[in-house]
Amino acid sequence: MIEFRGVSKRFGDDVAVDDFSLVIPPRQVTVLVGSSGSGKTTLLRMINRMVDPTSGVVEIDGVDVQTVAPVALRRGIGYVMQSSGLLPHRRVVDNISTVPRLTGVPREKARARALELMDVVGLDRALAQRFPIELSGGQQQRVGVARALAVDPNILLMDEPFGAVDPIVRSDLQQEVLRIQRETETTIVFVTHDIDEAFLLGDQVVILAQGGRIVQKGTPEEILAHPADDFVASFVGSDRGKRRLTVSTRTGQGDDRVLVDAGGYPVGVIEAPGGKLAIGDASPKARSISNKTD
Amino acid sequence: MTWLWNNLGLILGLTADHARLSGIPILVGFAASIPLGWFASRSRVARAILLTGFGILYTIPSLALFVVLPVILGTKILDETNVVVALTIYAIAMMLRGTIDAFGSVSGDVLESARAQGFSSVSRFWTVQFPLAGPVLLANLRVVSVSTVSLLSVAALIGSGGLGYLFTNGYQQYFLDEIVIGIVFTVLLALVFDTVLVIVGRILMPWNRPKVVRTSALRTPQRDWVGA
Amino acid sequence: MSPLDGIENFLRSLVASFLNALEFFLKAFAFIFDPTNWAGDAGIGARLLAHLGITVLSILIAIVLAVPLGLLIGHTGRGRSAVIAITGAARALPTFGVLILFVLIGINFGAGLSLTPVIAVLAVLAVPPLLAGAYSGVEAVDRETVDSARAIGMTEWQILTRVELPLALPLLIGGLRSATLQVIATATIAAYVAQGGLGRYLIEGIQLRDYTRAVVGAILVAALALIVDGVLAVVQKLVAPRGVSRGATRTTSSTGMTARRPTRSPDATRTPVTEG
Repeated sequence: MIEFRGVSKRFGDDVAVDDFSLVIPPRQVTVLVGSSGSGKTTLLRMINRMVDPTSGVVEIDGVDVQTVAPVALRRGIGYVMQSSGLLPHRRVVDNISTVPRLTGVPREKARARALELMDVVGLDRALAQRFPIELSGGQQQRVGVARALAVDPNILLMDEPFGAVDPIVRSDLQQEVLRIQRETETTIVFVTHDIDEAFLLGDQVVILAQGGRIVQKGTPEEILAHPADDFVASFVGSDRGKRRLTVSTRTGQGDDRVLVDAGGYPVGVIEAPGGKLAIGDASPKARSISNKTD
Repeated sequence: MTWLWNNLGLILGLTADHARLSGIPILVGFAASIPLGWFASRSRVARAILLTGFGILYTIPSLALFVVLPVILGTKILDETNVVVALTIYAIAMMLRGTIDAFGSVSGDVLESARAQGFSSVSRFWTVQFPLAGPVLLANLRVVSVSTVSLLSVAALIGSGGLGYLFTNGYQQYFLDEIVIGIVFTVLLALVFDTVLVIVGRILMPWNRPKVVRTSALRTPQRDWVGA
Repeated sequence: MSPLDGIENFLRSLVASFLNALEFFLKAFAFIFDPTNWAGDAGIGARLLAHLGITVLSILIAIVLAVPLGLLIGHTGRGRSAVIAITGAARALPTFGVLILFVLIGINFGAGLSLTPVIAVLAVLAVPPLLAGAYSGVEAVDRETVDSARAIGMTEWQILTRVELPLALPLLIGGLRSATLQVIATATIAAYVAQGGLGRYLIEGIQLRDYTRAVVGAILVAALALIVDGVLAVVQKLVAPRGVSRGATRTTSSTGMTARRPTRSPDATRTPVTEG
């Protein structure tokens, strides 16, 4: 579990974060979402001490991160950034095994593990000997995720990792993240400015305004159904009609109904086999909810 | 210091010669590198030939060039032309790389929009590329200027005029003061040239304010951050 | 005199100069290729060795002084403006004058004909290009790569040696090239105050009015400079780290974000991704 208590950060006269408090539950995906200047990246980077708060406390499992040496801390936390941050002069397999090698894992063992991780993130092992520059953006991001997972971390930090890839690749990568989280039950803290991505990935979504001010936090369903104020409503688009759906009176396929948004554009189909509406899962992401307590 | 006052006439005369013999290469070198640099920025072949050719010439040590040029040009070794030509070659060589990069770096978008507005190739050069490349060219020119002033003193070895005479004479007479004076005046001359260039630059390019380039948030964990 | 005569005279003098130049060069090459001129204390061989020796020694000293400092400046980002100011000021000093000065001071202190002052000047001369090569090499490394290396838990030393240094090598070697060139050129001039080095041919040739000798010196020195520079250029290509394309270093916009390379064609496959 990660906890922020009364955290503030100033850079000179610039207040990036002001009195921020949040509990990030373990084994879930928490998404920090907001526009530029909302301090979300700064907050993320406080977890692995890339940034130290001006005041306030950041704790991981009850331990103040200030009491832990930065290098040791970072070697146990996975970190994925937007530009993948791979070492360009090292091959894929060496990139993935960077941190295990730093901690003294023998080379052959580290490489074997790296190859396994390539399977986990959905990369063909044939790419292992390539250099990052020879890979596409999506592939580089996968390598970045594999590298982050190489330390078997309890915590995975992801800073707008899919911002620079195109939508089809991004969608693939988002699904990979969900799958990996399901399998490894890692605590993921994810930063994005894309509300749709936040709703897709987040168990807990935290909407931030300037200075790290929490405007609303909760599950995607809660936020979408009950936006706290106009800012949130505007941010999630519920005032723009995209999210307000009605059933079209023009018939669809047989008994199925067609949903249209406020602009009249068809956005989906409700299945109604035999004239009865199909009921979906309460949690659309269908993740396994752990029975373990904190 | 009495020596200084006693020989002020000589020293000032040498300084004037030095200014002339280094000033010409600087100006001619600059003027020549503009068209050469422009051609080279547009044509791969021209670029390869020019850069390689001048690269080789630049690699040749100055004394060697001072000696060989009279032979090739057919002038007498004491003829000033040798030194001026040699220094001009060095000046072009030093400026060329920077000039090519400067013209090449003027953003493609800007040029395209100028072309779309109907600027011809030549007028595009004078109205867009040259002004935008100006600051870089000026910076290069300042470096070339200082280097040329310094390089000229070597020519004293072949008997050329200029402040280098104070070094050879000072060495033969075993007279430290003279050498120090020589160094001081050479530096002063370089400073004067540099100041002139800066002033000319300010006049011709009033839009050019020195930019303070700030780095991103990623430098060190605690670095001051200018928010994006 | 008719214009034709004028042109004819011009062409004649042109041909005459050409033949004259040719004569000097041919004599100079004959000298160079005559084995007897290579032997002995004042032969080409000895002077070449002296020239190389003094160059290598000065460069090594300069490397020890400049490279660690430059790497540090590049890594921490501090001290850059001070260094630039100092090297800018130093460039204004006439090398020839400083050389003579140091030698005379050396003689004052009883150094006699020792080469120490010369080596000192050469080493100091070589420092700025090496320094610049080192810190600009490190600075050219993508800041995001460095940040990511730090974020995954590398110590500062590990970042410097495993990330920044390998990626900085091409620019570092570039600084080495520049420094070596300056030292070779100045060592040539140093023959005025020293008894060794290929520059002696030039100095002797000038003083004795023996232009063949002088051209010999010019050819030898030019050849040395070109060969050494060529070798270093090859080294520079060889140390370029694999997997890093030329110029694939940082391009920052005003926001400080790295300009991202555009991705290749979208991968829509669900199975292990092989092509982009």
